[in-house]
Amino acid sequence: MKYTEEHEWLKPEKDIVIVGITEHAAEQLGDLVFVELPNKDLEVKKDQEIVVIESVKAASDILAPLDGVITEINDKIVDDPSIVNSDPLGEGWFFKMKLNNPSELDKLLDKEEYDKLTS
Amino acid sequence: MEDLKKTNLYDFHKNNGAKFVPFAGYSMPVQYKNGVISEHLHTRSKAGFFDVSHMGQIKIWSKNNEKEKLIQELERLMPCDLYNLKENRQTYSLLTNSNGGVIDDLMIANKDFYFQLIVNASQKMTDYQHLKDNISQDFNIELEENKSLLAIQGPQSEDILTAINSNIKTMKFMDSIDISLADIDCSISRSGYTGEDGFEISVHNKNILQLVEILFKKSELLPIGLGARDSLRLEAGLCLYGNDLTSDITPVEANLNWVIHKRRRNQSASNIKFLGNTKILNQLEKGPIYLRIGLLPVEKAPMRTGSIIYLDNEGDTEIGIVTSGGFSPTLNKPISMGRIQSEYLEDLEKVYVKVRDKILPAIITKLPFIKTKYKI
Repeated sequence: MKYTEEHEWLKPEKDIVIVGITEHAAEQLGDLVFVELPNKDLEVKKDQEIVVIESVKAASDILAPLDGVITEINDKIVDDPSIVNSDPLGEGWFFKMKLNNPSELDKLLDKEEYDKLTS
Repeated sequence: MEDLKKTNLYDFHKNNGAKFVPFAGYSMPVQYKNGVISEHLHTRSKAGFFDVSHMGQIKIWSKNNEKEKLIQELERLMPCDLYNLKENRQTYSLLTNSNGGVIDDLMIANKDFYFQLIVNASQKMTDYQHLKDNISQDFNIELEENKSLLAIQGPQSEDILTAINSNIKTMKFMDSIDISLADIDCSISRSGYTGEDGFEISVHNKNILQLVEILFKKSELLPIGLGARDSLRLEAGLCLYGNDLTSDITPVEANLNWVIHKRRRNQSASNIKFLGNTKILNQLEKGPIYLRIGLLPVEKAPMRTGSIIYLDNEGDTEIGIVTSGGFSPTLNKPISMGRIQSEYLEDLEKVYVKVRDKILPAIITKLPFIKTKYKI
């Protein structure tokens, strides 16, 4: 598992990665009430705003963690955004993507580095 | 940054896992461990406890025991009928400015020899100064900073308080009485800001911790933060000062015609005029330029404060602005209130609101969004 400074996690699975937000982010945001996901097959650039999430308090953007193509989105969290709060690392994933350059994963934070960031 | 003030219950909030935010110069709990939605639903199904000690409590009385003169002084600043407000009763009212806008919205209670005002935290110093500037020196005006204010809201509120003092049961909506709870002197009104039955309790700071301990004993009361306070009042169609009411919005534009009491609508010379009366009464007769309305977004995206409202889905004709908006836990969908140019309102059912880069439909709807439960 890898992490970004924007509080996303990336879990490599064969030739794709699953992306979601961390427990820390979910807790800081509070109850989510709205999620808007990108279209499947969308080509995305690192730091492009591709997801909108809104909690009871405010709206925020989720950025593409790396360059790649969206291969699958999690419609369940669109129907019920509270899944992101109850299971951010599991059922509450956002999208899957195929990275243009999988070796870029190595540049992201590991768990220890991410925990240091949020402590 | 300016040092934030704390209420006397700051440690209580902290011990209950509160997240704090700066609000009107105070560090206030926005939510506790369970989160906004669960706090909201708990208030609607059981009972919620709110620390609203940041709000202003202002006491006004005559130095010469001339209450009738005091009524005249106050009626020049508010459009309510204080002659007909019985002792131990309160009413919702507004301090108006000379342009017909609103300086603050408030509760005013007739308490024996004095009137008690409960005003918004953000406006309390402004209100205090406005009262000082406009009321003769024959009257005392005191901002009671030695008192805390609590609200108990929700269907179990009556049971929780009657278990402590059974006389509470006789109170009706908008009664305001001095009464003791377990030997602690309180001033209690049957009112609130959630659309539920409930009570607001004013109590000396020195007794607050003891009272809180008694209230939580053997009850399903949970502390509720500002987050759920906002979603509860929005569902109940109640105005938030600074959003739905401002110094540029008249009571008529805010859809609060009922706040201008019947006796005060008569402009004959013998009647006291309130600040901004000409504009306000003119709007009452001819209709306002803008009107506050309820909005139900058709899709799932919340329409937040400041979003522009259009007549058409192309965004060509701008007709208003969202003044409050968020997610309704009770309805499980977004709700908003907005201000729309009234010339477009006739037969208008649907408007369009800009949310980020999209223009999305919303249905104009009656307020409140939920059925209110006041014990009238």
